[in-house]
Amino acid sequence: MKIQGIAAASGISIAKIVKFESVALLDQTEIGTTVQELAKLTQAIDDSKIDLQQLEAQTAERLGASEAEVFGAHLLVLQDPEYIGAIEALIQEGSGATQAIEAVQNQFMALFLALDDEYMKERAADVNDVSQRLMRKVTGTNESVSDYIEPTILVAHDLTPSDTAKLNAEFTRGFITEKGGKTSHSAIFARSLQIPAIVGATGIISEVQNGDIAIMNGETGEIFINPTAEQLEHYEALSKAQLEKRQGLQALLHENTVTKDGHHVELAANIGSLDDAKKALEQGAEGVGLFRTEFLYLERDTAPTEQEQFEIYRDVLTVMGERPVVVRTLDIGGDKAIPYLNMPKEDNPFLGLRAIRLCFANEELFRTQLRALLRASSFGNLKIMFPMISSIDEFRQARQWLDEEKEALIEQDVEVSDFEIGIMVEIPSAAILSPVFAKEVDFFSIGTNDLIQYTLAADRMNETISHLYEPFHPAIVSLVKLVIDSAHAQGKWVGMCGEMAGDFAAIPLLVALGLDEFSMSAPSVLAARKQINSLSKDALQEKLQQTYQQSTAEGIRAIWH
Amino acid sequence: MSQKTFTIKSNEGLHARPASALVKVASGFSSEIYLQYGEKNVNLKSILGVMSLGVPAGGNITITATGSDEEVALQQLDAILTEQGLI
Repeated sequence: MKIQGIAAASGISIAKIVKFESVALLDQTEIGTTVQELAKLTQAIDDSKIDLQQLEAQTAERLGASEAEVFGAHLLVLQDPEYIGAIEALIQEGSGATQAIEAVQNQFMALFLALDDEYMKERAADVNDVSQRLMRKVTGTNESVSDYIEPTILVAHDLTPSDTAKLNAEFTRGFITEKGGKTSHSAIFARSLQIPAIVGATGIISEVQNGDIAIMNGETGEIFINPTAEQLEHYEALSKAQLEKRQGLQALLHENTVTKDGHHVELAANIGSLDDAKKALEQGAEGVGLFRTEFLYLERDTAPTEQEQFEIYRDVLTVMGERPVVVRTLDIGGDKAIPYLNMPKEDNPFLGLRAIRLCFANEELFRTQLRALLRASSFGNLKIMFPMISSIDEFRQARQWLDEEKEALIEQDVEVSDFEIGIMVEIPSAAILSPVFAKEVDFFSIGTNDLIQYTLAADRMNETISHLYEPFHPAIVSLVKLVIDSAHAQGKWVGMCGEMAGDFAAIPLLVALGLDEFSMSAPSVLAARKQINSLSKDALQEKLQQTYQQSTAEGIRAIWH
Repeated sequence: MSQKTFTIKSNEGLHARPASALVKVASGFSSEIYLQYGEKNVNLKSILGVMSLGVPAGGNITITATGSDEEVALQQLDAILTEQGLI
């Protein structure tokens, strides 16, 4: 039998099913005197507080402070005079402790659910979680998801954050819930714990029995109950291969990225939001090589304010701590338009008023972003990068505005810390002039997607000429080499934030060329680290020399594949 | 009775983290402390009460403290609102 759910955390698991039911309550305990029931409540609150403090500390240690925050919030609910007061009032009126807790739980959940907002629904889940915990304490039912002692796939209607946090990672091979979406607490926890999870598997509770064997595929959301021998064999092999790969990579999470002969490179992630930054850290990124700020400007009616931008830049810098964060100033135009800027329609938008050109045409918009960045500079390791620079004049112009804004802020006693200024090298003229640029910038980041498009005059969106779009073209390799050599001659560093940086076929070539920083999508970071740590830069020099002899992309690919 | 009105400037409004900070501070005082937003008036020592208000950016809130330590309470709540970037 096959059941389809929503994939929430990747991985394949094969194990026995255990159905985990929320505590079945009520009716089971006799109601004592008011004094006895109040004493049960007090005891349950005290016990729950101890639990929550432990959970908060353990989760902070295992998964980080932000994951642990939910338990801090639960502690506050336990101290909430309105919540506890309402339960006590019901007991005074003759209710048993469990019944009183349940009634107040329902009352608050109804209040939050009525507000009809995702955020408030999460608050309802918090009230539910705290109340369930209290009721378990009162009734003495200590059934817990951590009690299992053999490999298990948990099947539940829903799992509360405390349930998920307590999952026994040794035996829990995965969990499947009837309710929930990709962004529910439990799904987020599952991804942090790296336990496969499927949510929204409608009907599963009634379809399965305890002890049924299940295959779950956290990538596709497929669940096979009591699978055939062929299915078992197929998924066992898949699961084994996946596990070995993942274990190998996890060991690299806090390692440096260093070639066998001791050359350190920085593996950074491309991000578009604060959430992306947090995920990048979880995936082992050593910094942010490209923070695309255009998302702050899209899908809205007015430009983001300076304060709004400042807060986001500040938060991203704070989260990344000492790690470098390269923020690219507004890169819009081409295929991305902003309604409130009234941008004219262009025949060749990729050769038109986009990126830095558009910023020069909208001076106040650009200066606002620069101010927000400068104000955020004291919160971390900021690097400001201008996109689509084609001439030294453009760089000087942008830098001058930045300097003017900096002076103005300092005059107002706003703290501005040291930061680096660089350019994206994505237009051939910038690459060709890199020896000149290298004297004035602090760093380069090669944007290969556009550099390839402009150098080879091949529209990357046009499928009929997709064969012309070729990162291994000798002209591209020459330009990349020129940029890296020019920067190093001036003691500057070079990163790359295009697709090529995360292309496992290209990484050895880029290491051999001396690229200092690779920025890619976060899930590729660990695999890239594994690859780079296995390379020797010196040993690759021979291949590099052969590369320079090649006149075709095919010839270069043959060397590096 | 001490009372003060504030305008929430944070884009996310009075969301979970600063609300928790406010409640923690308020809970440390013996005064009765209430938070009014529009028609609703809730106990500022109640996290659920404060969250149920759903105060958005630009919302005007009034904090009222009544008791022996009302003035200090209001001062500290003012400070925490500033510290959390809410006002």
